[in-house]
Amino acid sequence: MNDMAQRLPAEIPTLDLSGVGFTHRGQTLLHPLDLQLAGCQRTLVMGPNGAGKSLLLRLAHGLLAPSRGRVSWEGRPPRQAMVFQRPVLLKRSALANLTYALAISGTPRRRRTPLAREALERFGLGALEKRPARVLSGGEQQRLALARAWLVDPEVLFLDEPTAALDPAAIQAVEAAVRDFHRRGTRILMTTHDLQQARRLADDIVLLFGGRLVEHSPAERFFADPQSPEGRAFIRGELVW
Amino acid sequence: MPDEPNAFQTALALILGRDPDLIGIVALSLQVSLSAVLIAALIALPLGAALALWRFPGRGAVVVMLNALMGLPPVVAGLAVYLLLSRAGPLGEFGLLFTPGAMVIAQVILVLPIIAALTRQQVEELHDDYREQLASLGVSRLRRIPTLLWDARFGLTTVMLAGFGRASAEVGAVMIVGGNIDGVTRVMTTAIVLETGKGNLPLALGLGIVLLGLVALVNAAAHLVGETARRRVG
Repeated sequence: MNDMAQRLPAEIPTLDLSGVGFTHRGQTLLHPLDLQLAGCQRTLVMGPNGAGKSLLLRLAHGLLAPSRGRVSWEGRPPRQAMVFQRPVLLKRSALANLTYALAISGTPRRRRTPLAREALERFGLGALEKRPARVLSGGEQQRLALARAWLVDPEVLFLDEPTAALDPAAIQAVEAAVRDFHRRGTRILMTTHDLQQARRLADDIVLLFGGRLVEHSPAERFFADPQSPEGRAFIRGELVW
Repeated sequence: MPDEPNAFQTALALILGRDPDLIGIVALSLQVSLSAVLIAALIALPLGAALALWRFPGRGAVVVMLNALMGLPPVVAGLAVYLLLSRAGPLGEFGLLFTPGAMVIAQVILVLPIIAALTRQQVEELHDDYREQLASLGVSRLRRIPTLLWDARFGLTTVMLAGFGRASAEVGAVMIVGGNIDGVTRVMTTAIVLETGKGNLPLALGLGIVLLGLVALVNAAAHLVGETARRRVG
């Protein structure tokens, strides 16, 4: 793993969702949609609760199989990681949570602890390495989840409302981490319902409404001149959450 | 019924007297039951975890059968092992019948379903919590078994204790396959049966109190170890 090496955006396989839809117990939660994501853009998926944001991420990451359509990567599937709204940490120390991820990715045993320590330091958790992960604060847990993702060195990183349950300082730390990932050459696909956060982070915006993709635009254009009526209402703050 | 103080006095005298016969019986009881729990755990922990992780046709039937086997009567298990190990039986040539080895085998059969069934349940619950994260990290199903067993370790200590409780308390299986031979296969429970049969109720009750104390000691030790670890790891 080469820590600061920058990838060329063109090296990351294009993600292609074609006609992807999801139905659960006869209820259509996501209507068939097409979406291509290339390069190392930061795409923010926005929309009200129940719009299908988390579902879209899980389908793209391969945690769920689509009921229709096809999720495919051009060429080979890239290294991926996902950070969840509620971080799922193993019942072990902070350090052991990271060495576990390294063990899974096939890192030789003697390199695991130094790499894990380095990641803990990077995410400001150096003093907490021996602490049980489950007793860390919400913000610390989310930073630990980000550190774990960092060690996977993902080409594509999925984040599902990673700041929804955090205080402003912790939100800032997560956003800084997202920028770090991006600088390292990682494509970001992140859901949020915080308009300001999207303004701060997004290169482009995917807007979902009622399980439909209603708009996919570059961020600048989306905030200046949204193309869909839902987008316009959304910018004006008229969409009921 | 004997007077209660009488039985307690007998128990106290048994412990303080350090009767070599009693020490032998206690040692064999612990040896047989702890070996049985250890061997059963080596098989049942991964088995229970695998059952929690894999979906296959007939899985429901396996789970129901395992749960039902938790209630397997010890005499039935003892009888089955007796038939297997008797001279004419398929495993007769090993000459295990009426040895501590046979008693361990019988108790493994009693304890294994308990540990497997309860492990299956605990691991399944934990896996519901971990599923997406482990899938995201690309952890194979086989690799999830040690992961989940380790992370469920506190609950699984209690599961092992339940198994030990079953092994140390049963009399039917060890009586049939061990034969209660003085100095060879006599354990606490078979000794209690014997003394009761002889009408030596204070001694039987005294032995019972010693057995209860032993089980309490093992549980207390496991609890202490568990609590210390839990406080450290959370």
